[in-house]
Amino acid sequence: MSESDVTINESSWSGGALPYAISSKKLGMWLFIVADSITFGAMLVAYAYLRVASPDWPVPFKFNPSIINATVMTLVLLSSSITMVAAVQAAKEGRIGACVKWMGATMLGGVLFDILHIREWLGLIHEGVRLFQNPWGSPLFGASFFSLTGLHMTHVTLGVIYLATVAIGFGRKKFSADDVEISGLYWHFVDLVWMFIFPLVYLISARVH
Amino acid sequence: MSSAAADAHGGAGMSWFMKVWGCLIVLTAAEVFLTYEQLRLEVMLFLLMGISIVKAALIIAYFMHLRYEKRSLFLTLIPAMVFVLVMMIVMFPDSFRIQTLRLISN
Repeated sequence: MSESDVTINESSWSGGALPYAISSKKLGMWLFIVADSITFGAMLVAYAYLRVASPDWPVPFKFNPSIINATVMTLVLLSSSITMVAAVQAAKEGRIGACVKWMGATMLGGVLFDILHIREWLGLIHEGVRLFQNPWGSPLFGASFFSLTGLHMTHVTLGVIYLATVAIGFGRKKFSADDVEISGLYWHFVDLVWMFIFPLVYLISARVH
Repeated sequence: MSSAAADAHGGAGMSWFMKVWGCLIVLTAAEVFLTYEQLRLEVMLFLLMGISIVKAALIIAYFMHLRYEKRSLFLTLIPAMVFVLVMMIVMFPDSFRIQTLRLISN
């Protein structure tokens, strides 16, 4: 018995022990995040490919309103990540009320992000951008822009619903602090993806002159 | 959970996370600043992607606590993911070539 314990301690990979020392739920979320980052990676590569392959790729984003709007969206999402960190910390310390409040602040950040993003979309649609046409150049601009940012917006929206579910469940003591932390992993991932979409879609396409 | 993870969630943890958050804000401001510096597209892309990778690493390491998990989790998740993402770049030479191909087909 003691001998097998020693074997398990010697290597995480020897079997019979948890090699990652985390719950299966948390490992599941990590595996989802890896898969989803490859999805977003493929979308970004497809966007970059189309852009390089199209000589008349438009650069439509003016400093005011588009770049300012997207920068504010980035700050909102980053701030919603720090409130999520505070929520996880409160959950670990058993401060249920504080955790639910911080999660509420995080959800508010997500909703604000969505509102700003929809405002941006409506502005572009108003200027004549559609899925397969726009006034400036390659018709594929709209397809790649709307699908990429739309997929991200869907993640933010689903994230707000996910956080609301976990916050209510944690408030009613149905969910544990571990569940809050796992929902935090998802939220930070959504934030992380935006850290690539923001420069690759907006900043690189800023109309400098 | 390791003691390092417990420390990360302890009283001193939050001020450290606030510093990481401050770094992310400063890096974002740097990106927006660079956008209007009239750099060549390749240089700009290189700098922006570099900064974005640093930001992603900060988020994964600290906000997602991967730095405080066992190393085995990092080794299982990240290298394979990075490999797959990097392998997607093999498509790019074709995107330069395709414009020439289009002219020939016309």
